[in-house]
Amino acid sequence: MSESDDDRAVWAELFGLEAPPSEEDQAPRRRGLLGRLRENLSRPRQTISPQLAGIFAPRLITEDVWDELEEALIVADCGVDASLALVEELREQAGEGRITNGTELAGALAAAVGRQMAPDPPRIPLTASPTVILVVGVNGSGKTTSVGKLAHRLSELGQKVVIGAADTFRAAAIDQLAVWADRSGAQLVRQAPGADPGAVAFDAVSSAKARGADVVLVDTAGRLQTQRNLMEELRKVAAVVGKADPGAPHETLLVLDSTTGQNGLSQARLFGEAVPLTGVVLTKLDGTAKGGIAVAISRELGTPIKLAGVGEKLEDLRPFDARVYAQAIFSAPE
Amino acid sequence: MFDSLSDKLQSAFAGLRGKGKLTEADIDVAMRAIRLSLLEADVNMGVVRQFTKAIGERAKGAEVMQSLTPDQQVVKIVNEELTSLMGQANVGMPTSPRPPTVVLMAGLQGSGKTTCCAKLARHYAQQGRAPMLVACDVHRPAAAQQLAVLGEQVGVPVYREDGTDAVGIASRGIAEAKAKVRDLVIVDTAGRTVIDEAMMDELVRVRDAVKPTAVVLVLDAMTGQTAVEVATAFQEAVQFDGAILTKLDGDARGGAALSVRATTGRPIYFVGTGEKVEALEPFHPDRMASRILGMGDVLSLIERAQQTVDVDDARAMEKKILGGGMTLEDFANQLKQVRKMGPVGQLLGMMPGFGKMKQLKDVEVDEKQLDRVQAIISSMTPSERRRPEIINGSRRQRIAAGSGTTVQEVNQLLAQFKQMRKLMKRFGKGGLPPIPGT
Ligand SMILES: Nc1nc2c(ncn2[C@@H]2O[C@H](COP(=O)(O)OP(=O)(O)OP(=O)(O)O)[C@@H](O)[C@H]2O)c(=O)[nH]1
Ligand SMILES: [Mg+2]
Repeated sequence: MSESDDDRAVWAELFGLEAPPSEEDQAPRRRGLLGRLRENLSRPRQTISPQLAGIFAPRLITEDVWDELEEALIVADCGVDASLALVEELREQAGEGRITNGTELAGALAAAVGRQMAPDPPRIPLTASPTVILVVGVNGSGKTTSVGKLAHRLSELGQKVVIGAADTFRAAAIDQLAVWADRSGAQLVRQAPGADPGAVAFDAVSSAKARGADVVLVDTAGRLQTQRNLMEELRKVAAVVGKADPGAPHETLLVLDSTTGQNGLSQARLFGEAVPLTGVVLTKLDGTAKGGIAVAISRELGTPIKLAGVGEKLEDLRPFDARVYAQAIFSAPE
Repeated sequence: MFDSLSDKLQSAFAGLRGKGKLTEADIDVAMRAIRLSLLEADVNMGVVRQFTKAIGERAKGAEVMQSLTPDQQVVKIVNEELTSLMGQANVGMPTSPRPPTVVLMAGLQGSGKTTCCAKLARHYAQQGRAPMLVACDVHRPAAAQQLAVLGEQVGVPVYREDGTDAVGIASRGIAEAKAKVRDLVIVDTAGRTVIDEAMMDELVRVRDAVKPTAVVLVLDAMTGQTAVEVATAFQEAVQFDGAILTKLDGDARGGAALSVRATTGRPIYFVGTGEKVEALEPFHPDRMASRILGMGDVLSLIERAQQTVDVDDARAMEKKILGGGMTLEDFANQLKQVRKMGPVGQLLGMMPGFGKMKQLKDVEVDEKQLDRVQAIISSMTPSERRRPEIINGSRRQRIAAGSGTTVQEVNQLLAQFKQMRKLMKRFGKGGLPPIPGT
């Protein structure tokens, strides 16, 4: 069984598409993200915090464990509130005798985090034709790369993809996207730098309709959530997309850099106020950061995490598996 | 969003008001508030631990325990320690005595390196230097093109090549700069995560090829706990000399700045405050300290208050006010004292809780109105000021005429004063902090 067949089945599931023929069973599928994260986590620098190994050691739980766990969660960027809440939840379980040793604690933590971040396996159903996916986020979070990777996966599954280059602001952003479109075999709809992003998005959707494309990915310029005029511009892009195709955008994904600290909450909140979010893409998980702010975001705002970016190559995007993530991030490397 | 540290300390100390001296346990409560505030600002856990330990020891000294306003004293100590940790003054980027000065930019993906290259080039070109940019990001699509576009925007030449040999491009770029007598070369590199050994190795080789005057770490102000791992790894690999903190134009508290500084000792040269090429500012340690703490300009307020308010008087007044025994005379004095500190609107803006409130942003405190209040009170007789109850209709007419106001305004002031006195009495019982003169 090659890795790419395995991947394809997982992606087909995410998009609600017919699975490509393969004699795959469920279990090995998980290796994708987990294997990747484990690989990184097992490197020396990646030890989450020295005490974590101790917390999850198969010995009986002591009172100190709770403080250590709280610290470990904060160090993973979960934030004070979410960390305290998680510790409280697990403590209650321990009080009821459901957690007695470190191994059980690791399992319970993974389960709790998993429930919070993505109660159900993530889905990006491609029910509309075309299905319009708007990609938003702050500067440098990885929007363009994520669009390129998504286009690649969709094309692989036989979907006809149109990419709208609505980041008309950043220098050479359109050229960057053009390279990705080329690599993934998607069609790029672009205008000159400085053009109105709404007009580009409108063009992209109209041209996708005319050509009978299945999916439109709209890349937008990075913007800080506190920039009122730029957030207003984003709202307009979404509205214009809705004019080109009632019901669109069907999916609005916030791209969140996993190195982000507590500001991530403000990002999710304010982007969500401008354009209702359907999910989060958590990027750069191949680095040293744990992306715990995504735990806080899903807890506070209920936005599910749908995709994980784990590298710079075309294949380095995965449907987000919360249990696997939690295990890889919060459990001690074997 | 986040409570500022001074809000947190105020509520930590609220229950203690009027209780007399503080105990060590009270200080521990305050230390917890500081810990939370720093963690919420993304200061690294290890750094927070060291820091609160140092503060705790100082706070247990007499200056806080005996203070009338322990919360303000603690904020002051925190700020002093923070500022000394951040560095007292701005440190400039070094230049080479033998030009060209070579600056090597490094950092994670998307941190803002390429934009910073252009910002630095523009900044130094304006100071009469002759910069050149070298595009060594051979990995990200269109990275060199991005630098070329930015170079054109700021009118600075860009050296670029096709191909994937970052080290070769770097050396040839330096040679080109020398041939063209440019005195500043800024080398852009690809973003990389610190656990990518091949990429970190590439950076080391680029550095060895260009022999930089300064290696600059470009760090996103929104970075969380991992800032320490990132900074230490770049320090180990390429011994960066200083940092630039980007995207400070947003609402990130920027605790990463403190983490980097505390663990590597390296200064921050500049901050990026926008996407445009002119959005670059020198780093001010003191401003960064207040930003991390979310204190607005409360510090300058504390300083001004200390300069203008006599502590013994204030202590006596607090007692009187909280007991409900405040007279109009006291009120006028308080008002005078507050106004000595500066325009009240400006003072309000400096209060952390207020600055943040949207409703208050557009409130303009009418200084003329305050002038009229003072005029009304000074047109009263001393006994009227002490016992406002005796002010009947004819006295109101006299006061209005004397102060050049209307009876209506006098009525309004008296009603407000009565209300306020009641409120203060309640605060006194509930232990809420009084705000003199408002
Ligand atoms: N708001 C704001 N945006 C910034 C600032 N500095 C850079 N940016 C934006 O952040 C994004 C990433 O900046 P780049 O300069 O491309 O970052 P980089 O580190 O070169 O990125 P890679 O080369 O992809 O690793 C772009 O959208 C920039 O316009 C800043 O100070 N404020
Ligand atoms: Mg770059």
